[in-house]
Amino acid sequence: MATEQKEITDLVKRKYEHGFVTDIEQEFVPPGLDEGVIRLISQKKGEPEFMTEWRLKAYRHWLTMKEPDWAHVRINPIDYQAISYYAAPKSQEDAPKSLDEVDPKLLETYDKLGIPLHERARLAGVAVDAVFDSVSVATTFKEKLAEAGVIFCSFSDAVKSHPELVRKYLGSVVPHRDNFFAALNSAVFSDGSFVYVPKGVRCPMELSTYFRINAANTGQFERTLIVADEGSHVSYLEGCTAPMRDENQLHAAVVELVALEGAEIKYSTVQNWYPGDEQGVGGIYNFVTKRGECRGANSKISWTQVETGSAITWKYPSCVLRGENSVGEFYSVAVANNYQQADTGTKMIHIGANTRSTIISKGISAGHGQNAYRGLVRVLPTARSARNYTQCDSLLLGDKCGAHTFPYIESRERSARVEHEATTSKISEDQLFYCRQRGLSEEDAVNMIVNGFCREVFKELPMEFAVEAQNLLNVTLEGAVG
Amino acid sequence: MLTIENLHVAVEEREILKGLDLSVNAGEIHAIMGPNGSGKSTLAQVLAGKDSYSVTQGRVLYRGEDLLDMEPEERARRGVFLAFQYPTEIPGVNNAYLLKAALNARREADGEPQVDAFEFMRLIRSRMELMNISKEFLNRSVNEGFSGGEKKRNEILQMLVLEPSLAVLDETDSGLDVDALKIVAAGVNSLRSDDRAMVLVTHYERLLELIVPDHVHVLSDGRIVKSGDRELARELDARGYDWVQQEAASA
Ligand SMILES: Nc1ncnc2c1ncn2[C@@H]1O[C@H](COP(=O)(O)OP(=O)(O)OP(=O)(O)O)[C@@H](O)[C@H]1O
Ligand SMILES: [Mg+2]
Repeated sequence: MATEQKEITDLVKRKYEHGFVTDIEQEFVPPGLDEGVIRLISQKKGEPEFMTEWRLKAYRHWLTMKEPDWAHVRINPIDYQAISYYAAPKSQEDAPKSLDEVDPKLLETYDKLGIPLHERARLAGVAVDAVFDSVSVATTFKEKLAEAGVIFCSFSDAVKSHPELVRKYLGSVVPHRDNFFAALNSAVFSDGSFVYVPKGVRCPMELSTYFRINAANTGQFERTLIVADEGSHVSYLEGCTAPMRDENQLHAAVVELVALEGAEIKYSTVQNWYPGDEQGVGGIYNFVTKRGECRGANSKISWTQVETGSAITWKYPSCVLRGENSVGEFYSVAVANNYQQADTGTKMIHIGANTRSTIISKGISAGHGQNAYRGLVRVLPTARSARNYTQCDSLLLGDKCGAHTFPYIESRERSARVEHEATTSKISEDQLFYCRQRGLSEEDAVNMIVNGFCREVFKELPMEFAVEAQNLLNVTLEGAVG
Repeated sequence: MLTIENLHVAVEEREILKGLDLSVNAGEIHAIMGPNGSGKSTLAQVLAGKDSYSVTQGRVLYRGEDLLDMEPEERARRGVFLAFQYPTEIPGVNNAYLLKAALNARREADGEPQVDAFEFMRLIRSRMELMNISKEFLNRSVNEGFSGGEKKRNEILQMLVLEPSLAVLDETDSGLDVDALKIVAAGVNSLRSDDRAMVLVTHYERLLELIVPDHVHVLSDGRIVKSGDRELARELDARGYDWVQQEAASA
């Protein structure tokens, strides 16, 4: 019905709530990239020699690489010399010792984002490491974590205070040669989070980081490294937002997870980078390399992501299942609305015997959005009795959007079992009418159906963030109904 | 409560209701019977606000206001309830969640406070017992995988919780076994009151033995061609519709 289409089109229009610019002085490194800039970044951060060399090696390799051949996305060419690779809020020259020293404007920014650092942290028992553009602003609950022996700090701190750990694990899951953006990130990364959970320790609280890109013409290249030592357990959440700008901004992060024997890492992402306007102008290019390695037997890595933002998302959180009996999981909700393009999925590489992986992917397309699931399940001959289950569901709102599924299965072991199921559905006029007849507005009805569609993924998120993810999804699909 | 005057309804250029008149007062139960395809569900859906039907002539007043001017959700919030002939499945949406959202939408419109999960459970427990619906049922997805009879009982449960002023039941008795029919009838009767009206669409006189109507109407070819009391239903059960249609044609 024509009216239905119109209504659904109205429904998916919505405003970006986090689009404000914080007016504080920032210190930039001028746009452009060469060895001098890299040395400057490294020097500004007071890094030891090995880090500088590591960056330069990555940079030299990057020069030999070509941009990837874009997977199912349309993209404006990126001028890497027009990007400024380092932006620090000026008042942060002398890093704050506590929250009281943090620029109040900055805290206000987090407030607007719904992250009242003090309150939230205290109430929810969450330790928040907030990264504003490139420099880590404030880390709470450091002490309580220290009691448990957990290291949770900005990457820059870790380089200085725990160089041996950084040296041992950095690049061990995602080497700088891995791909174009991983190489670029390795050369210029500004900051990020570092977590180390010692043997047998269950991290006493959820760890959390919020990222926000504020300055214009900057790229954000953060780097996160989480190491869970034998028998330890940690749950980590990252949230991301960026202000509205007409130009595209590049975000190329690298996340590495290492789970040793019997360890478990749960990594959750709620990503809400600015997606561009209704015509598809502006927005973040989100090109991220996330990979975890189950290095020891009986270890487990679980990725949960809710991706509602970015103009283009290009991201495949993956698990290398090396240890016997190790488990990899990927739960994903990806939304592509207006002119957003999402190409996301996962890779599960089965190396050890009896390794198991589960992939649950929920793609929602609305407006002119294009949503692609791209997933690789590779079973090596060593992976006796490996198992994978993949379920890939797409929900379409309206008839101008698209959903695409690209499953790649490479199994070289006969005892392995790989299952793949896929569905595509639409919200039907009858479903909406049924809900409206019961008194729900059309918008509420759509939200309810969409949330129902995503339930399997939301239930994997830590409690306090499940609600946030649900709200975010509602806002993302919110529109002037009727 | 409800006044329908000269209602003409078309779907995709084809006229289905061709000048229907009906008046329902508070406290009354009206039964509408009629052959397949005569327009009974069309009437029910138009009253609920389904927009794929276009009203080409006539008007409908609900408590003195123009019903056709209201959005479906507004009608619902003002107390119009439709028990669907074919309840829609909504995968992933929790049955209890929808019902609670529906109740709260209604309460908000009435200026009453929202119910929380605890109060909601307290409120629906006795009604679930009446409809012989178990708790597990609430946690399933709306109508998904429900048997035909379960879907119908679920519709009546919703009705009992929402306590509508005007309930339209479209063949709620079809496909029910004898016991379920009694349960549904008990549910409907429990809601009978002086300030409430109901329109029952049915093919079977046996429902009307359990829910005794004040008026019985025959809908044929888009019009009400005969009205009477419960005796008319018995007569239709015994003789079929032909004689009514012939009577109407010769009139
Ligand atoms: N959406 C539609 N598109 C096309 N025709 C329709 C539509 N809805 C109803 N009709 C037609 O209108 C006529 C009346 O249908 P309606 O469902 O109202 O009948 P009914 O009296 O409820 O029948 P039954 O007793 O079989 O339930 C039928 O001929 C039907 O095919
Ligand atoms: Mg019918």
